[in-house]
Amino acid sequence: MSSKKLKRYASVFLASSLVVGVLAGCGSKDEKSSSGKKSSDEIKIGLNLELSGAVASYGSGISKGAKLAIDEINKAGGIDGKKIVPVEIDNKSDAAEATSAAIKLATQEKVVAQVGSATSGNTVAAVQIANKYKMPVIGPSATSETVTVSEKGDLNEFAFRTCFIDPFQGQIAANFALDTIKAKNVAIFADSASDYAKGLAKSFKETVEKNGGKVVAEESYVAKDTDFKSTLTRLKSKKPDFIYIPGYYEEVGLIIKQARAAGIDVPLMGGDGWDSPKMVELAGNDALNKTYFTNHYSAEDPDEKIQKFVEAFKAANSDQAPDAFNALGYDTVYWLKDAIERAGSTDGEKIKDALADTKDLSLVTGNFSVDEKHNPVKTATVLEFKDGKQVFNSKVNP
Amino acid sequence: MEWLQQLINGISLGSIYALIALGYTMVYGIIKLINFAHGDVFMIGAFIGFLAIARWDLGFFPALLLAMVVCAILGVLIERIAYKRLRNATRIAALITAIGVSLLIEYTTIFFRGAQPEAYPDVISNKTFNFLGAQISMQSIMILSVSIVLMLILQFIVHKTKIGKAMRAVSYDVEAARLMGINVDNTISVTFAIGSALAGAAGVIFGVYYTKIDPLMGIIPGVKAFVAAVLGGIGIIPGAVAGGMVLGVVETVVSALGFSLWRDAAAFVILILILIFRPAGIFGKNTREKV
Repeated sequence: MSSKKLKRYASVFLASSLVVGVLAGCGSKDEKSSSGKKSSDEIKIGLNLELSGAVASYGSGISKGAKLAIDEINKAGGIDGKKIVPVEIDNKSDAAEATSAAIKLATQEKVVAQVGSATSGNTVAAVQIANKYKMPVIGPSATSETVTVSEKGDLNEFAFRTCFIDPFQGQIAANFALDTIKAKNVAIFADSASDYAKGLAKSFKETVEKNGGKVVAEESYVAKDTDFKSTLTRLKSKKPDFIYIPGYYEEVGLIIKQARAAGIDVPLMGGDGWDSPKMVELAGNDALNKTYFTNHYSAEDPDEKIQKFVEAFKAANSDQAPDAFNALGYDTVYWLKDAIERAGSTDGEKIKDALADTKDLSLVTGNFSVDEKHNPVKTATVLEFKDGKQVFNSKVNP
Repeated sequence: MEWLQQLINGISLGSIYALIALGYTMVYGIIKLINFAHGDVFMIGAFIGFLAIARWDLGFFPALLLAMVVCAILGVLIERIAYKRLRNATRIAALITAIGVSLLIEYTTIFFRGAQPEAYPDVISNKTFNFLGAQISMQSIMILSVSIVLMLILQFIVHKTKIGKAMRAVSYDVEAARLMGINVDNTISVTFAIGSALAGAAGVIFGVYYTKIDPLMGIIPGVKAFVAAVLGGIGIIPGAVAGGMVLGVVETVVSALGFSLWRDAAAFVILILILIFRPAGIFGKNTREKV
């Protein structure tokens, strides 16, 4: 009998402690959010980034750049005396996770704006949330057209980007192939699972055909593939003198290695998805010779503003030279700071208008203005791999 | 000589499928369990090989051996901890456990090292030479010869040694084997050890050949190897080798014809067709289920 009683007491105790616990949880949560609202001496900025998963190197790159900018701004007195507080969430390189991270940033953390995500797909995943909660979202490296303009052609009012868009990269690559490499018969090998790669491939093809080049072969692969040998053998038999491979470094690294092993020694080119230290590990130094890619900036660019950023970044990150993602993350925060100052408020609607009105803002990845589709108009850089190092090749204006 | 080149591509891919499929088929042959954790043992093998080569500066063969030993131990542990107590449970319970073990291995690996991929260093020279117009790399030859040697050793163990005899006996009839004084538990453990060692070897070979490894790399090759095992006739050792080779060549031919996006679909269409028209596989005899 006593054991029965004990059980009953125990259950009552457990139940009551559970209730108390829940109530306490509620209470503390309320406190937190109300204190968050009250505090006026800080500005919260959300970072919704790929810190793990397939494209972790992009997200963590942006994170490093953004944090450097936030530190610099806070040291210089913040925005109108208010300190910037970053709230970082890892979206695991997954669109569904990116959506829930955006919801969390908008509703629980109540951030002023969101920086991220790195890829177009994950940024698009946050756009709906951005419009709903009037939280401006800036994709530092989201190059797909659909980020700022919906499939139907309507402007996504709260979505912005710091980088140029896909068609621009494709055009530059096509001109580079025809004018600099003097290629006549080009081939395309694109990732069919990514909007980014398809966008680049499409504009590359259009520009090549418009300017008298010939596309002799078009092949595709799917992200996560590891074996490209049979398709590369097929490509080789079409005898192209230039191959365009838009895609992300994880696969492109393997493709380049396998292409060189299959005896394909023509110049290869891609977009900013190639920009990762992993690329060299995957493909190897020798295979990467005679490969080029379009990018947002180069650390070797002699421009004074760029060199100042490179030094600051090296000092903060144990002498590692910043890549384009670091630079874009850095620029995104400065752009946001500029917009908040011009808006004179942390209201989402006003910041959005200020972002859209940006003109001739001087940043590391170029001077830029924002056009009516929320796309920055800025310069692109062509980089070349030489013995495993990225070397500045040329700069191209839009 | 595009077609010769494609054939070589297909056989290299097929030999990796075959090595993994062997483990599937051996385990199925002996305890009628589809060991879905097999693809993850393959992944662990790839990572052990990577650590051995990149961090401890071992050569290709020591790394291969180390990966095989570690995977053999892992295979036995999985069997002893997860599957042994389910030997008399329903087959669906064992199957679900296998899926659980698979997820456990994948996400434990991610927990400890993250999900980012790793690049295998070049341990075998990437030199290629010309053979009738086809480019053959040293790697392909090495991979093919290592796979063939491992399969020959397996054939020897199964047919010429005492433990092999015991394995065949247990696979034929567990109860009768036990009555004949065969230690069934040990025999099953040895089967898991050998199958997992082969998966570990396949992991290292895959890493060397395709460079990129990551904690979820075992899923697709694991499923493909399962298709290969079913294609050859699950439970039949030469069937797994033939199934792997056929699958590798078919996938390559599909890509070579310009349908590279249909390559994975082709593998699964084969699985469906085999299950409809010849469920016992290429090498299987259509026997009636024992009652």
